[in-house]
Amino acid sequence: MTEPIIQIRNVTKRFGNMVAVDNVSLDILAGEFFVMLGPSGCGKTTLLRMIAGFELPTEGQILIDGQDMAGVPPNQRPVNMVFQSYAVFPHMSVLANVGYGLKIAGTAKSEIAMRVEEALGLVKLDGLGERMPDQLSGGQRQRVALARSLVMRPKVLLLDEPLSALDAKLRAQMQFELADLQDKVGITFVTVTHDQDEALSMASRIGVINKGHVAQLAKPADLYEYPANRFVADFIGSVNIFEGKLTVDEPERAVVDSPEVGKIFINHGVTGPHDASVWAAIRPEKMTLCRPGMAVAPEAPDGHNLANGTIKGMSYLGDCTHYEVELESGRLIRVSRTNLSRFDQDEFTWDEQVSICWHPSSAVILLA
Amino acid sequence: MSLFARKPIAPLDYNKRLWMRSWIGAVTFFLYAPLLVLFVFSFNDSKANVVWRGFTLKYYGKVFRNESLMEALGNSLTIAFLATLASLVLGTLAAVMLWRFRFPFKAGVEGTLSLPIVVPEICMGVAMLMFFAAIGWPTDLPWPLSLSAITIAHITFCFPFVTMVVRARLASFNREEEEAAKDLGATEWQAFRDVLIPHMKPGLIAGALLAFTLSLDDFVITFFTSGPNTTTFPVKVYSMVRFSVTPEVNAVSSLLILLTIILTAVALKLQDISGETGTHP
Repeated sequence: MTEPIIQIRNVTKRFGNMVAVDNVSLDILAGEFFVMLGPSGCGKTTLLRMIAGFELPTEGQILIDGQDMAGVPPNQRPVNMVFQSYAVFPHMSVLANVGYGLKIAGTAKSEIAMRVEEALGLVKLDGLGERMPDQLSGGQRQRVALARSLVMRPKVLLLDEPLSALDAKLRAQMQFELADLQDKVGITFVTVTHDQDEALSMASRIGVINKGHVAQLAKPADLYEYPANRFVADFIGSVNIFEGKLTVDEPERAVVDSPEVGKIFINHGVTGPHDASVWAAIRPEKMTLCRPGMAVAPEAPDGHNLANGTIKGMSYLGDCTHYEVELESGRLIRVSRTNLSRFDQDEFTWDEQVSICWHPSSAVILLA
Repeated sequence: MSLFARKPIAPLDYNKRLWMRSWIGAVTFFLYAPLLVLFVFSFNDSKANVVWRGFTLKYYGKVFRNESLMEALGNSLTIAFLATLASLVLGTLAAVMLWRFRFPFKAGVEGTLSLPIVVPEICMGVAMLMFFAAIGWPTDLPWPLSLSAITIAHITFCFPFVTMVVRARLASFNREEEEAAKDLGATEWQAFRDVLIPHMKPGLIAGALLAFTLSLDDFVITFFTSGPNTTTFPVKVYSMVRFSVTPEVNAVSSLLILLTIILTAVALKLQDISGETGTHP
C-alpha cells in the first residue's frame, strides 16, 4: 500500500518555448486513487500522457513499478488509459472493443471471452456485448472504454477527464461507481480533472497542479481545511482571503492585522517571520451571520472574531444561501448559511446591517 | 400587407413553385434524354441511326463478336484495375502523410499533388507522350506490359483524386482512437490496420470508384500514350464513330453505362455497410 507504483522524478516538458510541466517530482502509491487537479492548461494532462507514453519528458525520469520508462513505447507500458473522448472504436462491437487488447496480445479465444465477460460485468454492461458503439449512450460508451482498459489488468489505470462529458446526475453516480470499482479491482487509478467536486469525492489523494508545478499534495479533507497556499485555498471551494501583518505568532495563538477587517485571531501559529505579510483564509461556511449587537465583541484571544457589514447580495441555493457582505472597509466577503429549518426565523435580506463572527479555529494562515 | 404580396412558403416547399419545377424538369430532360435516346436506339434494327425500324438485339451480338472491340475493353478494364490499385495505395499513403506529419514545403507538396487535377488533360497527354518518348519507353512489349505506359499515365492523374477524398475523410478521425489502440498494445502497423483503415474505408471506396471510372473512360491522355497495338475502349469507340454512328456504338455505350452504374451501386452499397457503424468525433 505504501510502495510507490509511479515515480515522477524532476520531470520537465517543454513544447517549444512553452513549459507545460516544470520540474515535477511526485510519487503515486500502489492502490491509491490519485487525482491530479488543476485549471485547464496547467499541465496535468501532459503529465498523464507522459505516464502513458504519448509524450516524452524533455528532462527527468518516470518510473513505473521501479522500471525506468524512458524508451518504452505506449504499447509496452503496464498502464492503460481511458481517454477523454472515450475513443471507443466505432467499427467494432462492444465485445470486439473490450477484447481488442487481449487479441493483440495473442490471448486464447476462450480466455478472451471469459475476461471480456468479467470486465463487462464489472462496469455493468452485461448483455450489451453485441451492440455497436453508436447504439450506446455516452455513459455506456465510457463504460466500454473502462472495461477495455480494465480487462488488460494494468498496474495503473489512467483516466483523462473521465466525467467531463456526462450530465450532472450521471456524473455524480459515476463518481461513486469509479471509487467503488477502484476499491473492487485494487488497481491504482490516476485521474486528471479540473472539477474540484469530482476530485474531492473520488480521490484518496490529490495533487493540485498549477502552471506546471505541484501546488499541494494532500488528502481531500486536508486540502480543503489546510490549504498550503492562496492558489489551493482559492481553487478548492470558495474562500475569503485577507492580507495582513502577522503581529502575534505563538504555537497556539496568532494575530493577523488586516486593514480590511481588523485583527483576526487565530488559534494556531505558523512560525513565520514577524511582521511579515501573510494571508488569512476563511471559508464562507465557517463564518456566522448575526444581527448587529447579538455577537460579543472579542478582545480575548479565544473569543470570536467579529466584523460588521451590509448584505449586498444573496443567492438562494436550496440547501444553503450565499450572502455577499460589504464590510466597513468596503471589502466584499462571502458568507454561507445552511438552511437548517424550513421556516427561517431570522431571514436576512438585502441592505441589512449584520455582524459576522467566526471562531479562531476557522481561519488558516497562508504564507504564500 | 400589399395586395400583391406573395403567399409565404416554407423552405422545404420551394419545389412546389412552378418555376422551380420547370427548372428541375429541364435539367433532368437535358441530362437524361440523350442517354435514353442512345439506349433506345441501341435496339434499332437499322444501319442508319436516325429512324426507328423495329426492335433487335443483333447489335449487341455484334458487339460481343467484335474481337478488336472486346480486346480494347479487356485492355481498358486491365488498365483501370491496375491504375485503381496503385492509385489507392499511393493516394492513401499521400493522404496519411499530409494529414499526420508536418514537414518543410508541405504546402508545396500539397499543391504539386493537385496539379494533375487542374492541368488541362491535353497538356498532360502531350507531356506524357513527350516524356515516354524522351526516356525511350519500349512500345513492343508483350501484352500486359504493353499497357504499362498508359497505366502509369493513368496512375498519375488518378491518385490525386484518391488523396483528396481520403484526406477529407481523415479530417474527421479522432486521434485518441489510434492512441487507444497503441495503449492497448497495438504496434504502429496494427493500429493503422485496425483503426485507421476502417475509418478511411468509405473514403477508400469512393476514391477507388473515382479512380476506376476516371481511368476507364479517359480518352485524351490515353490517346497520346497508347501504342499501335494497345487500343483502349474509349479510343476504339472513337475510331468506330469516325466511320459512322451505327447502333453498334449505341450498344457499346449502353453497356459501358450499365457497367458504371453497377460499379457505383456496389460501391455505394459497400459504403453504406461500413457507414452503418457511424463515426463520432
